[in-house]
Amino acid sequence: MRGILGYGAYVPYNRLKRSAIGEALGSGGGKGTRAVASYDEDATSMAVEAARDLMRTVSVTPSSVVFATTSPPYLDKTNANVIHAALNLPSSVFAVDMIGSARSAGGALRSALEGTRPALVAQADVRTGRPESGDESNCGDAAVTFMIGSDDDGPVIAEYLGGASATAEFLERWRLPEWKYSRVWEERFGEHVYLPLVTEAAAAAFKECSLEPSDIDVAIVTGLHSRAARGAASAAGLDGTKVADDLALTLGNTGAAHPGLVLASVLDSAQPGQTLMIVHLADGCDVSFFRTTDAITGYRPASTVAEQIASGNDTLTYNKYLTWRGFLDREPPRRPDPENPAAPPSYRSEAWKFAFMGSKDRSSGAVHLPPQRVSVKGGAVDDMDLVPMADVQATVATFTIDRLAYSLSPPTIAVVIDFDGGGRFQCALADADTVKIGDRVQMTFRRLMTAKGVHNYFWKAKPVKA
Amino acid sequence: MASKGIKDQVAIIGMGCTNFGEHWDKSVDDMLIDAAQEAYASAGVKQTDIDAYWFGTLGSGVSGLTLSRALKIDYKPVTRVENMCATGSEAFRNACYAVASGAYDVVMAIGVEKLKDNGMSGLVSGVIPDDGTKPELTAPAMFSLLAPAYSAKYGVDETEMKDVLTRIAWKNHYNGARNPRAQFRKEVGKDAICNAPLIAGQLGIFDCSGVSDGSAAAIIVRAEDAYKYTDKPLFVKALAFTAGPAAGPIDPDYDYTTFHEVSACARDAYAQAGVTDPRAEIAMAEVHDCFTPTELVLMEDLGFAERGLGWKEVLAGTYDLDGDLPINPDGGLKSFGHPIGASGLRMLFECWLQLRQEAPAERQIKTVTEGGKKLGMTHNLGGAPGECVSFVSIVGSELG
Repeated sequence: MRGILGYGAYVPYNRLKRSAIGEALGSGGGKGTRAVASYDEDATSMAVEAARDLMRTVSVTPSSVVFATTSPPYLDKTNANVIHAALNLPSSVFAVDMIGSARSAGGALRSALEGTRPALVAQADVRTGRPESGDESNCGDAAVTFMIGSDDDGPVIAEYLGGASATAEFLERWRLPEWKYSRVWEERFGEHVYLPLVTEAAAAAFKECSLEPSDIDVAIVTGLHSRAARGAASAAGLDGTKVADDLALTLGNTGAAHPGLVLASVLDSAQPGQTLMIVHLADGCDVSFFRTTDAITGYRPASTVAEQIASGNDTLTYNKYLTWRGFLDREPPRRPDPENPAAPPSYRSEAWKFAFMGSKDRSSGAVHLPPQRVSVKGGAVDDMDLVPMADVQATVATFTIDRLAYSLSPPTIAVVIDFDGGGRFQCALADADTVKIGDRVQMTFRRLMTAKGVHNYFWKAKPVKA
Repeated sequence: MASKGIKDQVAIIGMGCTNFGEHWDKSVDDMLIDAAQEAYASAGVKQTDIDAYWFGTLGSGVSGLTLSRALKIDYKPVTRVENMCATGSEAFRNACYAVASGAYDVVMAIGVEKLKDNGMSGLVSGVIPDDGTKPELTAPAMFSLLAPAYSAKYGVDETEMKDVLTRIAWKNHYNGARNPRAQFRKEVGKDAICNAPLIAGQLGIFDCSGVSDGSAAAIIVRAEDAYKYTDKPLFVKALAFTAGPAAGPIDPDYDYTTFHEVSACARDAYAQAGVTDPRAEIAMAEVHDCFTPTELVLMEDLGFAERGLGWKEVLAGTYDLDGDLPINPDGGLKSFGHPIGASGLRMLFECWLQLRQEAPAERQIKTVTEGGKKLGMTHNLGGAPGECVSFVSIVGSELG
């Protein structure tokens, strides 16, 4: 049996009320909210967060990491390597990107499902749109990860039953690498092309897997072309079948992450023996089937999608949103531009910078962040072990709010934090408006800034959810 | 093994100090020439009498050439010194040791910094390539970490703490208003200080020292030669310097209410000088008030207040110009700004004026004129809470 061994979903903390767009621009917007990656997040950093959640729920080391996104922070350089490094995976683990279109998500999942070894599939997106566009309000940002493997690797919670696809070349949505947003053709044209492809792919999939629409307990229907996606259930022969909430009202369509994110939300409350059908519209149509197993009753995600939806903050202003996404070029403080991290020091400190590994003095037990060769307690030299600190919680010892520091979202909250069991670190506090001594925090992987085209990935603290 | 000191072995015989401020019309060379010429005149020596130079700057030049080119020094040793915000003091310390060693008879310590040419707010330091994981706090943010930690430890509420910090800024501006060399020469009302826009944490704009250009210089000889040049030399009683393990930001035992480097540095200085009760024996101190919480914590680290009681002493006026122990009678970094290479020597310049009773009447401290105290202190720290270097000097107007 091969299928899903575990999953982790990551929904960023911030939401933009769609009404805020209309209020600012006089038109556009709509109902509900969209999820917004913070100014210090991107597809890679969110994928790391989702992958960390996943790794808390499974005990398998993948043989590969496959990262799908339409918003890759780097071209030429493999983004999946950052995920690989943040998870402190062995160098023998393969890491690769499948980037470009939202269909890459289906491709990444299918290649893992049709493979033979355990694979970590990460899907994440920061979806933008030109101000006032449908993409801007309808899309959202999120990440999801799956561990794919067989029952030799661990309990399979949802068995992959198979699927089918339909492909056609048509100009519906496109974006040049240097563009900040996509362009789309007239909406009705896409609907005209997509729906027959859905019908074709669904019929082929049902036949391939010897299933009928009546066998389906829950259908997951996603696609950036929302009009086509709305008609897709019917086109797939699923009239009368339960279709999962597509999260459009609360989070928006999260591009390459979306089919997986909706699947994660369904798995959060799935019962054993349920047959799930995924219909994903992206430059064609991909259909796949899963059946939940008895193992799902014993599986607990680190955090459910519903919990993350409920804990979002919708006070983000539209001006701030535009600033974060680079649509509003604001006057910086009169301070030097931030410097890019240099390649050799970053390479030397991979375990620290990406995986947040500290060092523990064997004689005194003192934990050092970053790792030190000479102990602060007793001065022992080269007598330390690396210790993972990314999942250790901490308490705020003191703090400040820096209104002068260079930031896309000033002011910066800085905290000095003391880790449970030892170790102190000074860093920025993410996803918080207030802070006080004694607050409990956990670590989160972020993109601190970008300078000279170099993304500076590192860790911040964020409040522990109550 | 211990710091032995060079008490009463060397003396200052002349000093110079430029006005500090936004010197749009003066270059680094101009300020060095002005400070050096004033020092020569003050000591009654010529440039050719100087045997060697110690030149402090953080970033306004590199190597001894920055000084020798400006002053047209004729093939003498010039040592360029850098030790963060204690750079000027470090130039002085090393110059003193050179004389004490017997290597030279007459030397100059001189410092300069040109901060206003880069167009930035606050201090800007050079870039050393790194892995991008160091905290990116600005200087006011780093020092503002002291305030909530001190408040929590000693039960000082936020309003009281703001009053304490405001009192420190108010006092230093009061003093600076009486100093023609200061960058800011106006008193600032407590309401204006308290209600100023916030920069970091509880710190408003008036809780931060200014950004300025300046230069200062001292000429040093062996103590036995001092009276050949002046009737009123200042004798060096102690020179202490500490660099710590910089463990505060990574060691949970550090509580952000003290600078361990400063405490150790002060102990060493008092031992060198034979001072046993600093609060009673010291006439004045110029301390590193880069931000108001720094000065508060320094009062305790330097032994001028009991632990946890410094804030009460501040409110009681102990450190005012007419208080028991005037702190920063020249106006401090608050009124002078902090041209890094010059600050330590600028502090020494105030000791030079006050202990020789040459300060303007409205600023001359009574601990000297009426109290008869003979000792002055200068103090610098460079870095941030938990990871700094510290310098303390004690100078006196009499031998013994």
